[in-house]
Amino acid sequence: MMGMSRRLGVARARRPSPSRPALASASSRSERARRLLPVYGLLLPGMLLYGVWAAFPLLQSFVMSFTDWKLRGESTFLGLDNYTRALADPMFWKALSTTVGYTVVTVVGQLLLGLGAALLLDQRFRGRGLLRLVYYLPVITSWVIVSLIFVWLYNGQNGVLNWLLHDTLGVIGTDVAWLAEPATAIWAIAVLGIWKGIGWSMVVFLAGLSSVPVELHEAAAMDGASRWARFRNVTLPFLRPTVTFLLIVLTIGGFSAFISIFVMSSAATGTIGGPLNGTDVLLTYTWKQAFAEIDLGYGAALSFLLALVIGAVSIVELRVARREGLA
Amino acid sequence: MTVVDRRGRVLRVLTVGLAFVFGVAMLLPFAFLVSTAFKEHAFVLEIPPRLIPDPPTLDNFTEAWSTGDFGRYFLNSAFVVTLSTIISVSLSAMLGFCFARFDFPGRRAMFGALLFTMMVPGMVLLIPQFVLARNLGLLNSLWGLVIVYSVMNLALNTFLLRGFFAAMPQELFDAAQVDGAGVWTSFRTIALPLAKPGLATVTIFSFLAAWDEFTWAITTLSDSDLYTLPIGIRLLQRSQSTEWGLVFAASLIALLPVLVIFVALQRHFVAGAFVGATKG
Repeated sequence: MMGMSRRLGVARARRPSPSRPALASASSRSERARRLLPVYGLLLPGMLLYGVWAAFPLLQSFVMSFTDWKLRGESTFLGLDNYTRALADPMFWKALSTTVGYTVVTVVGQLLLGLGAALLLDQRFRGRGLLRLVYYLPVITSWVIVSLIFVWLYNGQNGVLNWLLHDTLGVIGTDVAWLAEPATAIWAIAVLGIWKGIGWSMVVFLAGLSSVPVELHEAAAMDGASRWARFRNVTLPFLRPTVTFLLIVLTIGGFSAFISIFVMSSAATGTIGGPLNGTDVLLTYTWKQAFAEIDLGYGAALSFLLALVIGAVSIVELRVARREGLA
Repeated sequence: MTVVDRRGRVLRVLTVGLAFVFGVAMLLPFAFLVSTAFKEHAFVLEIPPRLIPDPPTLDNFTEAWSTGDFGRYFLNSAFVVTLSTIISVSLSAMLGFCFARFDFPGRRAMFGALLFTMMVPGMVLLIPQFVLARNLGLLNSLWGLVIVYSVMNLALNTFLLRGFFAAMPQELFDAAQVDGAGVWTSFRTIALPLAKPGLATVTIFSFLAAWDEFTWAITTLSDSDLYTLPIGIRLLQRSQSTEWGLVFAASLIALLPVLVIFVALQRHFVAGAFVGATKG
């Protein structure tokens, strides 16, 4: 019976869906086709653009990753060579570990400071709206501009940061060329990543906080629960889906860091990913392989490895969140 | 007043104070951006750094406009961004409308494919798009930028607008159909006017994404006449003896349209804040 009704299209028609009834009454096949013709007409320009410039390139990139594609001459099929080459490439592993370090620091920083900002601005006071704007300002400012501001702040001799830490507070003994020292460069860039992202995490946390029932807080307060106890036992459990969402989105963001590193490392050291490849992340390394070395096949393979890593990390995060009852 | 009340008040004063201190810290880099833009070259890295320029000067702004080809970059950006935003928003409105209101063979496959490319890291597409643009003669071309920026936001815009179109009551469309309105007419006269808030959000985000786009432009543009603002600004920064006043004056000019849109259309930002955050 089930099979029969499905074949007749009854089961489909019965499923309540707001988007279907428009054409459910179409009596015959040809009439249905005639009616759908303008729908396909409406779809055509968008799908054409998408097909030529997104779907086809995606497939081509996959094919390229198995070849030694350069811009000129014939390319030969290499099988998995590009992938095994990446796995044997020490620079790939170095870039991966830098990427992971950058991601961990920026994700934790944005989560904690974003939550802090949201808690501060979740109370009612004059100037709250203005402060929300201020916290959000870095989010809407372009990466190139904020990167250049920080290059200026980090200036090795007369930068504001050196003036503050060395000349004023005396925390450091000498001026530091923050972006030119392999030990500090990537972390200095991570500070920019955190500062730029706090406002966004805050907005998401504020939305999450609005889901915490006020009555529950009041009841806990009546029972004599301290502020900290109320935060831990009432607020935090309600924020769990928010934290999971942020964790995944911010991790993808960390793995996608590119413009800040591109601009800041080349401004401070003259090479993208400098000093001494200390700021090379997967994206800058891939970009250089593809567009500086013109080794597009290898670049394509690296970009698919990055996609795999991002996908795997997201799945693991979601699994862990589920197991811990976070999502 | 009880002890608990008093502690609550002290805590409140502390947290509100902290919120403002934090705000100042967030704003400080922008304060330096603005003040340096109004400083003479000799003072851009003065020690101790001063927030109020002395003497203040407009030279950086006039120099950016006149000598630095900056007007040209601004026009290039305006051209590319306007065109790509119009294309992306119109095409994705048409797509979103069809996906939301009609059941047609291939609907799930097409929509799924769109969503799939949304999840692929940009670098995966950058390399083959570069090859495609080269084959079509669209490297080092503003038209190449227009096309790539239109596609860049297409999937996300379609996804968002589909939600708006799906939430509209079916009766409106039934009534129009009875009156003999075709697909195109009901799209134009019923769906589009009702989707205005969604269209506004999508337009703002497409505009901002294209206005700030860096990676495709730096990868494909080699002719300095074609540079857009982000590329032009970066070029002003040199590893030796950067004219920081000029860099920041140019940055402020580029930032101005973004700020105006942000302040004027703030409420659309919260709605859109949850999407498109991974770009960058």
